[in-house]
Amino acid sequence: MKRLILILALIASPLFAVQPDEVLDDPALEQRARDLSTGLRCLVCRNESIDESNAELARDLRLLLRERLVAGDTDEEAIAFIVDRYGEYVLLKPTTTGSNLMLWLAGPIMLLIAAAMGGNFLRKRSQVQAQAEKDSLSEAEEERLRQILED
Amino acid sequence: MITELGHFALILAFLVAIVQSVVPLVGAAKRWPGWMSFAEPAAIIQFSLIAFSFGALVWAFVTSDFSLRVVVENSHSAKPMIYKISGTWGNHEGSMLLWVLIVSLFGAMAAFFGGGLPPTLKARVLAVQASIAVAFFAFIIFTSNPFDRLIVAPFDGRDLNPLLQDPGLAFHPPFLYLGYVGLSMAFSFAVAALIEGRVDAAWGRWVRPWTLAAWVFLTIGIALGSWWAYYELGWGGFWFWDPVENASFMPWLLAAALLHSAIVVEKRESLKSWTILLAIIAFGFSLIGTFIVRSGLLTSVHAFANDPERGVFILLILIFFMGGALTLFAARAQAMEAKGVFGMVSRESGLILNNILLAVSCFVVFVGTMWPMVAEMAFDRKLSVGAPFFNAAFTPFMVALGIALPVGAMLPWKRGKLGKTAYSLRYAFALSVALALLVWAMQTGRSALGPVGLFLGAWITFGAAIDLWSRTGRKGNLKRLLRLPGADWGKAVAHTGLGVTMFAIAGLTAWEVEDIRVAQPGQPFEVGQFTLTLEGVRNVDGPNYFSTMADVRVEQDGRYIRTLHPEKRDYPVARMPTTEAAIDYRFLRDLYVVIGDQQADGGWVMRTYIKPFANWIWAGCILMSLGGLLSLSDRRFRVAAGARKAPAGGVPAE
Repeated sequence: MKRLILILALIASPLFAVQPDEVLDDPALEQRARDLSTGLRCLVCRNESIDESNAELARDLRLLLRERLVAGDTDEEAIAFIVDRYGEYVLLKPTTTGSNLMLWLAGPIMLLIAAAMGGNFLRKRSQVQAQAEKDSLSEAEEERLRQILED
Repeated sequence: MITELGHFALILAFLVAIVQSVVPLVGAAKRWPGWMSFAEPAAIIQFSLIAFSFGALVWAFVTSDFSLRVVVENSHSAKPMIYKISGTWGNHEGSMLLWVLIVSLFGAMAAFFGGGLPPTLKARVLAVQASIAVAFFAFIIFTSNPFDRLIVAPFDGRDLNPLLQDPGLAFHPPFLYLGYVGLSMAFSFAVAALIEGRVDAAWGRWVRPWTLAAWVFLTIGIALGSWWAYYELGWGGFWFWDPVENASFMPWLLAAALLHSAIVVEKRESLKSWTILLAIIAFGFSLIGTFIVRSGLLTSVHAFANDPERGVFILLILIFFMGGALTLFAARAQAMEAKGVFGMVSRESGLILNNILLAVSCFVVFVGTMWPMVAEMAFDRKLSVGAPFFNAAFTPFMVALGIALPVGAMLPWKRGKLGKTAYSLRYAFALSVALALLVWAMQTGRSALGPVGLFLGAWITFGAAIDLWSRTGRKGNLKRLLRLPGADWGKAVAHTGLGVTMFAIAGLTAWEVEDIRVAQPGQPFEVGQFTLTLEGVRNVDGPNYFSTMADVRVEQDGRYIRTLHPEKRDYPVARMPTTEAAIDYRFLRDLYVVIGDQQADGGWVMRTYIKPFANWIWAGCILMSLGGLLSLSDRRFRVAAGARKAPAGGVPAE
């Protein structure tokens, strides 16, 4: 029966993102499908997820994803299934493997560098201050000042 | 005829800008007053010419002059008048003309308001500003001339992209450009100061109003764009982390950092070289944004007429200005010795933390935006970087910023005690935590996003209130509150705005309700606390489109609220369908209804959303820009300008 619905759904011409006929009966399963589809790119669109897109292909992907979930795939298996067929271009959230590590670590590393530079600058500034305080009059100078004032 | 005059004025403005970018610089170097003072009239003449030229293009759109290529490609005689006017900048050529118009406008404003500037600095600022104009005049005239004629004029045009036929287009780009280009003023000041070799507190005071103005315009422009997307794109998304959005967001982050670091220059004569660098890079990101939008290098929902040749030209402009300014910076930065002395815990260190967080978060957005290109060219991996990446990588910086903000904003200058400041904020903290816990208890089983957002928003807002209150003295003298300088009020209002926006984004994301179904006419259905009934669907003819309009009756607790009219439109000339959502705007939530296709059984696909606190996102942005304006109204900016003038008048002319 589900199969039939899917086939019928594929024939209908869609205009919108997620259509009522795509929605799975099991709300938990449907929620998982929605969550996963916000992370998958509609390949023919400009930077839209398949959850948002109106394109024909996005609909096919949504149905494919639901089909995998109904078949009992875990989230990871379902995503892997789609990535196998469409390439990692389909992932809106890039993996953390290989050269992508640079993408993910760029922010934290830059933060460390900036914090080190900022901290260093602050330390220098506050040392200058300590210096400035030290630069105040020595004992001999103070004695001399007292003498001048007294004169 | 008017078109020819406009074209001619454009070329004349180009020539004036060339002279303006050379003569005052030479004058300032040789100390020739006549050559220096050439800059002022030149800036005003240049602006008048380009304004006339822009007016001529608007005229061509208004009268539907189909002998112009741009008009044919982006207009139609049946298009409503407001979109004929706003359509002038709804295309590549026209928007570039608007861009250069604003460059000149800022130059003319600097000439007009810059009475208090030392003559050499003023001449140099105007010359640098003119050199930016020269680059973009050349870009327009040689690669994208809006006054390009067709030999045979067609009977009618091809109409404007229907998504752009919206009041949003009338305001979104001009504000955004005012912001982008406003940063050119900070850039000009930075480069002029580098040539001059002197950066002092006065410089900080001169550059800050321009940065503030640019930041206010950028805030309004980005907020308008996001609101436009919210009601126009049909599912109520307000931010997509699209490359083009990022292109406007990066300068915004840096402008925010810049206007904070300029405070340190102004008050404490410290962070000088960093502020100069920031001013240069902030404008660099404006140029990168233009490059991203126009080159078609990255795919984006903002489809502009892309052309590789144009991309290369803008890349050259970018390389010239950034390379030149950064070289100058490298040569002169050592001359700017930091003067101010301050402790590890002080307002200064708070502002440094602000700058670190804003600059690094901007860097994260930049890396994420450019990564697909880098990965493809360097590692041969074709991949996407979308919203989930930015949400994960960018949000922590904003959370950290939100936590640190109230404390940093209240720390005293020079040297403070963390414990003392934290103690004065104890009520704000306790109240925010209590609110967050209350909400967390009420919404059992949902994500922590809502309560965390509420905590941050409340913490920033109450913190700003306590900061203001602490200025009234120990007895709480309210009159004193009203007499506080505009900058203090501006700070409190703008920070509150940030808190409101942070809370609203978290609240909307966490508590949104969505309903997708096939609605049968006449059969009521429930969404959240509302009962909706699709009463009927009819066909309506618009001026240049056909519409399928639904009547949806909305009730709450059996009480009629209103009837919403979501539409599907079809634009026959542009051959494009659009959806027009119907939105019931309320203080605490929006009800957002969209109509889809008719099904075989006679029902219609309907999508209904309850979007809590949606309006608050933009209310927060309005508060932020209002805060900027309040700060801009501070009389200290004007007093400072006047103070420089008075002694200058007393000194005999050389």
